[in-house]
Formats: sequence, structure tokens, C-alpha cells
Amino acid sequence: MDDLTPIPEHGLSWLEASGDHADIVLSTRVRLARNIQGYAFGPRARGNDRESVLKRFRDSAARTEGLRNGSLLQLSDLDRRSRRLLLERRLVTRELVGEAGNGPPKGSAVLLSGQDPLSVLVNEEDHLRMQSLVSGLRLSEAWRSVDRLDEELGQELPFAYHHEFGYLTSCPTNVGTGLRASVFMHLPGLVLTKEIGKVLQGLGQVGLTFRGLYGEGSEVVGNFFQVSNQTTLGQTEEDLVDHLDKVVRQVIQYESQARHVLLRDARAVTEDKIWRAYGLLRYARSLSFEELMNLLSGVRLGASLKLLPGLRVYTLNKLMIFTQPAHLEQAAGRDLPPAEDDVHRASYVRRVLATEGDVPPSGPGEDEFPERA
Amino acid sequence: MVCDNCGSGDAVVHLTQIVNDEMSTYHLCEKCAAAKGLETSPDPVNIPLTDFLAQMGQSTTVQGQESGGACDFCGLTFADFRETGRLGCPHCYSAFESQLRGLLRRIHGGTQHVGKVYLPPDPSITEMEKQLEGLRRKLQRAVDAEDFERAAELRDKIRALEPAR
Repeated sequence: MDDLTPIPEHGLSWLEASGDHADIVLSTRVRLARNIQGYAFGPRARGNDRESVLKRFRDSAARTEGLRNGSLLQLSDLDRRSRRLLLERRLVTRELVGEAGNGPPKGSAVLLSGQDPLSVLVNEEDHLRMQSLVSGLRLSEAWRSVDRLDEELGQELPFAYHHEFGYLTSCPTNVGTGLRASVFMHLPGLVLTKEIGKVLQGLGQVGLTFRGLYGEGSEVVGNFFQVSNQTTLGQTEEDLVDHLDKVVRQVIQYESQARHVLLRDARAVTEDKIWRAYGLLRYARSLSFEELMNLLSGVRLGASLKLLPGLRVYTLNKLMIFTQPAHLEQAAGRDLPPAEDDVHRASYVRRVLATEGDVPPSGPGEDEFPERA
Repeated sequence: MVCDNCGSGDAVVHLTQIVNDEMSTYHLCEKCAAAKGLETSPDPVNIPLTDFLAQMGQSTTVQGQESGGACDFCGLTFADFRETGRLGCPHCYSAFESQLRGLLRRIHGGTQHVGKVYLPPDPSITEMEKQLEGLRRKLQRAVDAEDFERAAELRDKIRALEPAR
């Protein structure tokens, strides 16, 4: 089996739930798209161009402070499961991994920096995509770390840049700053109070857009949304990041208000939903990933509202990542057919909740019958 | 992405529905979307780029490179771009500059990059001059707009470049 020593802990620091508003905002990501002068962009580059891009990047990374101690993984050197592990951790994209039948395109690679939040995708749609992925809402911090890396790499490699259009990218929707900042949010309050439609529509009106868990084209599951900037040209990087930060803070406020309304007007129903979700997670013998995500949504809401005392957001973040198919297979040490997959998922969830997520039953039901001395 | 309904068409319509507090998202190809009575959103930002480009072609009658002009570096034609939504190489931006300017205006609301000013490794004197010239213009604009914070930033950048000449 392929040795994944460089991967095990990488891309997991955001799970710690340490950033601002970590119960509502799971993670923040900022990425910059860059291309090297003298080569066709990813989709049009020939095999030897792609290899040459990879070689030049590798040489430059060795001279770059932030990347020197990282590990460069060529996707074609990894087995299928390892590639999916990277995908499930959102460290690579579907494009970099390639179509299921064909395997990864030539020269596709990812560099995982020694400093966890940073990574660089090589030979994706653009030659380089540098990204910083951090816990909670920390946009300016994520931007600064990827900006520093860009400054360093830009002195090693000649980036494609146009005096008017800025940094040139394969897709004109990324041109200019090449910056995409996204915030991964959990918005059950807005969904349950049916206010979410208005909010999502509002995002479009202020130049932002939303997606599901795995980025472009992926579906919204478990009330998790990725909110990001739609345009990349005509504003400074700082303005793009600040604008997203302001809007996200407003969405957080709407979400908090919605949760308040739920507790005020529908406390019994809300509590019931949360405890049912917890009960199913705690005792179910088979769980599909989608079902898990929907239950986690309820339990996460409960933890955030302090209705499930002692349950940490970190535990819930962990349950989201380690219950994905490749992660379960990695833990089992073998491929798992779908039916077994669901059984392994339920068993993992039960184990984790038993050790670090055991919530003593409490609430009005119990208080009515206090124990006698 | 494949259409959720027929499993063969390319999904271009992404529909998020909330029914009885349950949210679900469907990805449909144009045919299935039409069959379900859904039309692609009239909001230009939500139209897939390729559709957007196709529409643009219909509304623009005069196009310089329309008759098969290709990028002399990578050979991409504007028709190729219209089909895939991806440019071939950095030179494409010069080869199709006039068409792209219109497109960028529609996507981003403008064409002038105002973010980081890039200076390549070992820049030539002319590149540095160009850079400085651009920065000074921006500085003037910032001063005119009384955006003194930005002006100070630009002044620092100009100072950092000047002694290197």
C-alpha cells in the first residue's frame, strides 16, 4: 500500500475550530491563480510543457522559504485511494486528480508546505494555484500568508502578467488578482426559518456567490455553504477580502438571529430535531455520507446553541472529514463496498461520540423528576 | 458534471430547492431542465461562461478575429475559446484583446487591474520604467480621489522601486 507519511496530518489544522465564529464558519480559504510566462495554460499545455512547469516549480520551491520543507506529491505516483484522500481533505481538486478512468494528467502535483495551511496545486487549470486553508473566519490572515508566498515565488518564476488585465489566467473569470476567497459556513437557522433564499439571492447582488462542500458544481448538503467572491478584476486584493469578510459577518448575524427565532418560537421542535439527530448518530448501525451530513447539521446546531453540553465543534469537524469514503478505507486498510462503507461510517461515529462526544441527557423532561435524596 | 436526471447530458442548470425545510440541489442538462420547465437564469452572472460566450457571439456582429484568426503562440481561435471558456496561453489575451475587453467588462464590470503590481525576476529597465509609470498614474488617481491611504501605499511602492534603477 502506498505510504502516505507526508499526508496524514496535512490539511487538518482547520479542524481545530480555533478561528472566529468557528461554530458557524468551519474554514476560510484564499487562493491565488498564477501562470508562468512561455507556456500554454493547463488545458492546452502538452505533456512536456506540463513536466517543464513542474520541474521549474520544484526548483523554485526549493529556494522558497515557505515551501522549502514541504513535500511535493505527484498525483500519478499515488494510488487511487491516496488521491481521493487528498480530494476529501480539499487539498486537491477534481481537475487535478483527473477523470476516474484516465487517472491524473501528466505533471499534476500538489506541494504541501511544512507550514500546514499552505499548499500549491501544480498543473491544474492554471500552472500554479497557491492556497491557504485555515480554521474559522480568518480571511486577512489567510490572505497574508498566501500573499507572502506569492511575493517569494514571483521572484523565482516569471508570472504571466498584463499591464491592464493583471495576472493572466486560463479562465477570464479569474483574471486580474487571480484571487478567490471562500468561507465555508453552516447555516441551518436560515434554512429552517426559510430565510436562506433571500440571503443567497442577496449574495449575488453584492458580487458574491455560493457553492456546496467540494466547490464548483457540487451540491449543498447538510446546510453547508461555501461563500466566495465572484469577480477578481477591478478591485484590490485587500478590498475583495474585506468585502467578503463584511458580508460574511452580516450573514453570521442573520444566522444567529434565525437561531434565536427558532429557540423562541419553536424550542420544543428544535430540541427534538437536535436530540433525534444526536440519538441516530450515537446508535445507528449504518449511515450514508449524506445522511451523516444532515444529522451532523442538526447536532452542530445543538452544540452551538449549548443544547448538547460538552460536545465540541472539533469533534464534529473531525466526524465530517474522517467519515468520507477514502478516509474510512484508509482506516480499514482495504477497499470497502458501499454497503460496508455505511457500516464502517456508523461504527466510526459511534466510537468517536462514545469517547469524546458523550452528552448526558438533560432538559425539561428530566428536571420534572428530580432524584430524591 | 453529468445531469442528475438523464445521466448523460452535461449539467448546466444547478437548482437548489427548499421543500419542507429540506434543501436539495439538482444538476440538470439543458434538455432535462427545459423538460422540467426550468430556464437558465436571466441573471448573467449565473449563466455558465460558455453559454454566455455563445450569446455574446450572437449579439456582436463585428468581430476582428471572427474569421478564424488564431493566437500565434498556442494556435487557439476565438471559436475554440467560445466553446471551452478557457484561453490557451498568456498571449491569447493580446491576440483577442478587443473581444476580451468587452467580455471582461461584462464579467467583472471593468478591465483595469488595480491589485498587486507584479515585477518579474530580473526585470529589464523598461519593465521597471513601465511599472513606475503605471504606479505614478495610479498615485495621481488616488490623490485626485482623496484616497490618501491608497496613495501612501503606492508612494511606498514607488519608493521601493526607485533606488533599484
